[in-house]
This record gives sequence, structure tokens and C-alpha cells, in this order.
Amino acid sequence: MRNLRTQFKTDAGPVKAVDDVSFDLYPGESLGIVGESGSGKSVTALSILRLIPEPGRIVGGKVLFHDQDLLQVSDEEIREIRGRDIAMIFQDPQSSLNPVLRTGFQIDEAMLAHKQASPQAAHERTVSLLKKVRIPAAESRAKDYPHQLSGGMRQRAMIAMGLANSPQILIADEPTTALDVTVQAQILELLGDLNRELGTAIMMITHNMGVVAGLCTRVIVMYAGQIVEQGPVDQIFESPQHPYTWSLLRSIPRVDALRHERLRSIEGMAPDLLRPPAGCRFHPRCPFRIEKCLTDEPRLEEIHHGQIASCWVTMDRARAEMKADELRDISPGAASGLRPGEIIP
Amino acid sequence: MAQRAPQIMPPMSDSARPMVRVQNVVKHFPAGFGTTVKAVDGVSFEIREGETLGLVGESGCGKTTLGRLVAQLLPVTSGNVFFEDLELTRLRGERLRQQRRQIQIIFQDPFASLDPRMTVGDIIAEPLSNFRVMRGKKLNARVQELLRVVGLNPYFNNRYPHEFSGGQRQRIGIARALALNPRLIVCDEAISALDVSIQAQIVNLLEDLQREFKLTYLFIAHDLSVVRHISDRVMVMYLGKIVEIADSVQTYAEPKHPYTKALLSAIPVPDPKIQRGRRLVELSGEIPSPIKPPSGCRFHTRCPIARLPTPCAEVEPPLEEKGRDHLAACHFSQDV
Repeated sequence: MRNLRTQFKTDAGPVKAVDDVSFDLYPGESLGIVGESGSGKSVTALSILRLIPEPGRIVGGKVLFHDQDLLQVSDEEIREIRGRDIAMIFQDPQSSLNPVLRTGFQIDEAMLAHKQASPQAAHERTVSLLKKVRIPAAESRAKDYPHQLSGGMRQRAMIAMGLANSPQILIADEPTTALDVTVQAQILELLGDLNRELGTAIMMITHNMGVVAGLCTRVIVMYAGQIVEQGPVDQIFESPQHPYTWSLLRSIPRVDALRHERLRSIEGMAPDLLRPPAGCRFHPRCPFRIEKCLTDEPRLEEIHHGQIASCWVTMDRARAEMKADELRDISPGAASGLRPGEIIP
Repeated sequence: MAQRAPQIMPPMSDSARPMVRVQNVVKHFPAGFGTTVKAVDGVSFEIREGETLGLVGESGCGKTTLGRLVAQLLPVTSGNVFFEDLELTRLRGERLRQQRRQIQIIFQDPFASLDPRMTVGDIIAEPLSNFRVMRGKKLNARVQELLRVVGLNPYFNNRYPHEFSGGQRQRIGIARALALNPRLIVCDEAISALDVSIQAQIVNLLEDLQREFKLTYLFIAHDLSVVRHISDRVMVMYLGKIVEIADSVQTYAEPKHPYTKALLSAIPVPDPKIQRGRRLVELSGEIPSPIKPPSGCRFHTRCPIARLPTPCAEVEPPLEEKGRDHLAACHFSQDV
């Protein structure tokens, strides 16, 4: 992905949903893309397969799959690549499956569309795929209509469909958000196993830091249409460098917390992408901003080996210059004139 | 930071006064062909004055229905709900309506729960004028005060809901719930639709308001990590029944019901090193239908430690004391 820019045309002007995003996905890896609503994570994923709905448009950049620019190939060719080389699963399996066709048939179709197998062979593979995604009684489940399956099973069926043509990349856009936690855990375990066993690269789009921690080896953090930080999960979770990543990690309650600590919320809200703030887009909510942040846009720079962040200050410097308790009590967004989060003594 | 400041959590001695007592409450919905959905099927618990009682469970377990029964937005099929000495389930008409001033609800969807054609000021003023508490200048002043209390600009009262973000709308919903100075607020998935950074803002706001106005919360959510964070005690539901009630620290440290344990193990921790070492308690199968719940313990069809057929498939385990202030409904809670 090189300098990808995707915009949505509105009466008020273009909304820069994805603004100059570049990153690599390596064969067989599992990469997490995290961000809140409007950060551009889903639009990034949709742009890869040119699935941006009207009035959205990819206005610049390259999406290189091996050496081929997917933004340049013909409609015919991209249709061949979708599902065969790069498959995608979505948040809501209910609306991604056709309600009037049998589930198994829809998976057969995924193969037949790419002329990967004879109908007979396709059906056999469908049953074995349904077994692979741990659907019990796969043989008879293949004959069920989508409404006869539970939410978890529908998502498993979608994953089976995604895997039908043994793609090199599986893009999963919030695949577990609509599911109950116990089902979510099973689906994540399944995705992890498939990634290890089949070597399918997984690109996991999510707002849930816990999901990334469990499944991914690398993570990209997006804010307001841009990548703000990227690196190996262990490093990012242990020593985030961008104040947004740092703030986000502190704002989540943890199920394993042993005592009650006030959540450190990020006050204010994500910027309007019609008119993103000048300089660093996080500066209105950033507790560490310096004058430069208001005017100059920071670039992504390597801070530690493999870890890049776009920040003029970085958390390394914040940690060096502030005392630990000062840093602990700092409240992002307090400077923005919104209601500052008060600290319980 | 120390444990919770004492003003947030009054000591939970046995003398803590119950504000709400729910006794053997049942709610069945007709499901056609003479069948019934047993949404809530015989639950008893109490909500103590000043506490936050968390209620968790997966979709379809009956938690939302239970919240509405407590607020008496739905009539019970059988059983009793007491608010202090008053039996809500016996009240009708005007007396029930008056009682609603004490109990308010904050709903999940900040987009669906605010009338798009009303100004924010009118939305917040509605309960006050409904109950003829105040009007005119005094009402205006109260609306502005409420907006300020929930962290919004008091001069936003002439704007419409669509001009606000999700988090701001949820603040408006909270302001409306506070308008009548209620004593109990039922928060039904009040933060589930919000972004992570906004969730933290609203959770903190709810905590501040609780301290300031001495509120009691019934906090319903499917996200156990948020529920544990905000609650003093946590109550876990499965298929219309309460399976466990305990102090929120105890719930995590020593769950006494296998379902609670499975639920806890399923929630990912945002720390890769810890998350890799955690073991998922796999539940077999799917959640059974609440139309025809399993015999005996309703969890036996998925339970990793069930002894079948007897007693788990035959005898329903009572919700009983398994430790200090710790109730669970399991025949083998010592094995969890």
C-alpha cells in the first residue's frame, strides 16, 4: 500500500477518509489495524479490493499485490483477484450471506466463480471447509439456509467461504464485533489456527485492542484517516510512542484489573475529516503538544527497531521529561477546553 | 491509587439497606403456537442503596428484560419487585407513574432514544414538565444546569440531537435521566455503542454523578470488563436465570460458576504477553432456546464440569451462598 488516498464527495467538500496511508503486509503474517469509528480503517481495507461505495473514490496511491497495482488492473482482473487471492469477511454475516440460497451452495459458488473446481469437487471441498472452521455436522449444515445458523456459525461459514480458494490474504473487517464474547473468542482462536496452519496472511480490522493483542503479531494504529503508529504488538503495547496509542491503551478497562482505578479518558472527539486540524491531527486532544504540533504535520519516523510513529514529541521524550506520577495523572484532551477529567486523589 | 474511595463504595456490611428487592420474578413472552419465551425465569436479588450492581450475560439471557422489570416498564408475569417498602408490582396507574420519578433508564442507542424533532432542551425538560415539577425560567435554568452537570455547554439547549456526536447524545440521555433527581438509574448497555475513548468519558461521568447525587445503578452490559470496572457487585445471567452474584473482585479472582469462568476467559486482555498465556474455557455447543430451556441446571448442555445425567441434568441448583456475600447456582462450585 503506497500513499493511498480515498475520499468521499459531499456537498461540503471531500471527506478525506484515508489520507496518504502506506504500509506493507507480509506473506503469512497477521496484521491488526486498530482505530475508532471514522479513523479510516475500514475504508483502507475496502480500498485494497476497490470496493469503495459511491460517493467514495480512491484519488491517489498504489495498492501493490506482489508487483501488480490493483488500482490499475481492469475490472475483470480485480474481480478475479477478489475471493481468489484476497478474500474479505465482514462484521455482519447476516447481511453478507444470501438468505434464499443454501449456505453450502454459496460456498460452492465462491469456487465455481473462479473456475477452481468442478461442481462435485467444489461441494466436497465445501464440506471439508465447514469442518475446518469447526461447524459440527458439516454435511447437513451445508444444506441449511443462513437463517438456520446461529450468528457464530454464520461467521464460521463466511470464513469458510473466504478460505474457499485458498487466498493469500484474508481481510477481516470487525468479524467478531456483532458476536457474543464466548463466540468471539472461538472465532479468534479459529482465525489464529488458520493463519498458522494454512499460512494465509490475515489483516484484522478492529477497534478492540484485546483482539489485536490475542491474534496479531504487528499492529497499525489509525487516527483521523492516517497511520499514527505501527510496529510489533509487544513493543506497541509495552511502549507506545504516539500519545494517541498511549491514551487509547490507558482508557480501556481490563477484565483482569485487580483494583478499581479511574479510567483515563481521552476528552474531546475525533476531528471532522472535512476540515482536519492543521499540523498533527491529534493535537487538539494531545496533552504533550508543543507549538510545532499546531502547524507542522509530523511524518512517520522509526523510533525503535521496527516501530514507527508520527509525533514531534513521542512518549520516550514525555517519559524522560515528566515524573512518573505526573505522567500517570495527565489527562489527554484537558487542554482542548472541553471538560477535563478530574482525578480522584 | 487506593481502592475505591469510601464515598463511592459504602461498606457492604450485612446491614447495607436494600433499595430494591426482586423476588421470584418471572417474565414470559408469548412466542406463538402456544409456546412462551422464558426471558426471565424466577430470579431473586437485591440492589443496595448507593451501590452499582452490574448485570452481565450474552444476548438473549434476559438482562434487558430484567432491567425493564426493575424499572416497571414491563409488567411481571409473576413475582414481586419492591422499592424500599413499596411493592411496585402492585402499583397501577397514577401511583406507578409517580413512582417512576425514583427510577430512570439510560438506553443503549443514543440515536434511537432521542426524538430527532425535539430540541435538546425540550428533551431534558420533558420529564420535568410531565411531572409538573417546574416551568418557565426555573425550568430553563434547571435544563442548563443539567447540561452543565453532564459536561455539555449549557447554551446547547436549542440544538437538535443530530448536531451531536454519539458520546454527546449519551450525555443528553443521562441529563434527561437525572432531571427528576431519581434514586436508581438502570443503565441498559449505556456505553456499548460508543467508541473506546468515549466509553471511558461516559464511565467516568457516571461515576462522578453517582458520588455527587448519591445514585444507585443497575448497570447492564455484555462487556464484563466494563461491568467489573464500574460495579461493586456483579450478577451473571444465563438463559433467564442468575447463575452468580458476587463482589466484582471476587467474581474475577474466584468465580464459583463455570459459566462466569468461561465468560471471563473469553474476554481478551489488551496486553499481548498476558493474552498469549491465557487459556480459553471452551463451551461446547450453542446457547439453547429460551422457549425450551434444558432440564436441571440450564447450563449443563455446555458445561465443562457437568456430571450427567445426575445431578446436573435433573436437579436445578439453587442460588446459594458459596462464600462471604457470594452466591452461585452450581452443584459443583468447589470444582470451578
